[in-house]
Amino acid sequence: MARIEFQDQSAVVIIGSGAGGGTLAHELTRRGMKVVVLEAGKRQSTATFSQVPGEAFLQLTWLDARTQSGDWGVTKNFPTLPVWHCKTVGGTTVHWTAATPRFEPWELRARSTYGKVPGTSLIDWPISHEELKTYYLLAERRLGVTRRNDVPGLPASNNFKVMYAGAKKLGYKRVHTGHMAINSRANDGRGMCIQQGFCVQGCKMGAKWSTLYTDIPRAEATGNLDLRIECMATRIEHDAGGRVNAVIYRDGKGREQRQKARIVCIAGNGIETPRLLLLSDSSKFPHGLANSAGQVGRNYCHQIIGFVWGIFDKPVYSWRGATLAGVIEDEVKNDPSRGFVGGYRMELVTLDLPTLPLVGLPYGWGRDFASIMENYRNLAGMIINGEDMPRAENRITLNRDVKDAYGLPVANVHVDEHANDQAMRKHAQSQMSRVYDSIGAKRVVLGPTPPATHNTCSARMSADPREGVTNAWGQTHDIKNLFISDGSAMTTSGSANPTLTIVALALRQAEYVSREMKAHKI
Amino acid sequence: MDRLVTLNRRELLKTTTGLLTGWVIAGSPLALIAPAPAWAVDLTAFTSAEGTTLMSIARTIAPHDKLDDAAYALVIQAVDGDAAKDPNTRKMIGEGLAALGAGFAASSESERVEALKKIESSAFFQTMRLKTLQVLYSSPIAYAYFGYEGEAFSKGGYLFRGFNDLRWLPEVAAEDSGPLPAGA
Repeated sequence: MARIEFQDQSAVVIIGSGAGGGTLAHELTRRGMKVVVLEAGKRQSTATFSQVPGEAFLQLTWLDARTQSGDWGVTKNFPTLPVWHCKTVGGTTVHWTAATPRFEPWELRARSTYGKVPGTSLIDWPISHEELKTYYLLAERRLGVTRRNDVPGLPASNNFKVMYAGAKKLGYKRVHTGHMAINSRANDGRGMCIQQGFCVQGCKMGAKWSTLYTDIPRAEATGNLDLRIECMATRIEHDAGGRVNAVIYRDGKGREQRQKARIVCIAGNGIETPRLLLLSDSSKFPHGLANSAGQVGRNYCHQIIGFVWGIFDKPVYSWRGATLAGVIEDEVKNDPSRGFVGGYRMELVTLDLPTLPLVGLPYGWGRDFASIMENYRNLAGMIINGEDMPRAENRITLNRDVKDAYGLPVANVHVDEHANDQAMRKHAQSQMSRVYDSIGAKRVVLGPTPPATHNTCSARMSADPREGVTNAWGQTHDIKNLFISDGSAMTTSGSANPTLTIVALALRQAEYVSREMKAHKI
Repeated sequence: MDRLVTLNRRELLKTTTGLLTGWVIAGSPLALIAPAPAWAVDLTAFTSAEGTTLMSIARTIAPHDKLDDAAYALVIQAVDGDAAKDPNTRKMIGEGLAALGAGFAASSESERVEALKKIESSAFFQTMRLKTLQVLYSSPIAYAYFGYEGEAFSKGGYLFRGFNDLRWLPEVAAEDSGPLPAGA
């Protein structure tokens, strides 16, 4: 591994090592660039992942304080945990459930497709689907996505059989075990899925793709990566001309360090990325970096997520098998006759016994609550994954009343649901209930919106600099050598789980950064 | 169970303020994994009477009639541990218990539910609810009772151990599923 000097002004500094940061680090180091990755978390491995759900949660989750406001259910149900992502090398690719669908072409043209939707800040992506597809193909090969490039699908689990039978009864056509970044056969030096059902705790087989054991070690092997763990970026500095030139961070011993940089790329997930931009205010940029249009932190999207459980009179044993390996895609369409714009997926889901009552079930206690738990063996599960509407006031801000361990204001997450969001959730819950009812469910239980895992759009790409934070390559409109390299840069949420798109955009950004550096434009 | 029976008895010489004891229900899932027919939990923050009321609260929040008391005792042990560490927690829970009154544990379930509904928004109840959910469903006793098989990596996953053994619905078409290794 490289040791890059603090004073080395040629370094590219990447903040975060997940789907965006880890991919970008690998792509830049293999092209010969010197890269420092600042990762706030520790480094785990397939050997150290805990197999006790509560411990695994503490081992991997970003638990630094956040506050929240707004009317979405998370504020009430999970007051201290608005979002659920990772703080560990590999970022959220360590606990993700590996569903890797693509955006539909019309989803990238959200504003044009949906028309004017009052109370939203919808815009079109500055990238065509044709162009993005090139990078989807690269990303799918890289991640070994099932049902692409002749990679077979994952075999159907019990939980999927239930969903499938109901979906077919309803006449749904596009129902299968999903496009998953989980090996259905050994590939790329990683083993095949043995259906453990512990995707969220970190895959001890390494069958599920994560930058932790693919891109990060490969970047290290180039000799060009200086990975600094337990290093929390707290501020980005700039020179008199407004170019960023250094990152201030706290190292594992709490010491403040300053790393000079030629280019800075932020990939800290949808909450920390805008927070860092806002924390880096200066006399030249009084509202934070890349924020001349006032767009940093705004338009935060989290997708429409919610559990639906079917209780049957026979066992399902839903915990056996890959957590999310199944999907119904028929509702991924824009059909306003349903009462809303945009589409949603119905995806398979299961939760381990300790986690189900904490995250998966509606608030409750007493006989009714206990009767659901009594049926744990007979429970089948699905989760909604739908497009939510961007709103200018749904935003990440600094809460100056609450400070983190470094004395810095924490992020506040504000979400008010749009009527479109509510209509979509209601439709999805109704359809998913019908899926289970059609094959004789004794009861269907509608779960809550869990803490958000798909945090996107909070520093979005836009063709018009007044409507977003970056251009089509994640390069900030205001500062040429400052990049956004994670889901924050997505323009809209779409109905696809975001990771494949984040990887595709990172691959595309790596080409651009390399080209622009060679041309001495940045 | 090791934690419940052994570790606690070893610590008996330390200051204890109360004790919860019980028998393992014969024929219950716990009986298969319990190292002894009786269990005991020492309390270091609460009295035996308070412990009994706490047990009753946990059973009212998550009533599983055939689930051994030992599973609920783990919840109380965790609450007791929190209270022993933090005087404010001890005070908050002590006051909550006092407000419910000594007769709570002996009252009928409907009376207990009614009493807890009245204090549902209190920090005391919310602490008890969260702790009950966090601890009750995490123990080996609960795993055995609910039939949950837990982590599977150490046993080679569920690939050869029933991940697709459901037979009461039609099989999935090959093109919508994926290949199985021999024997799965």
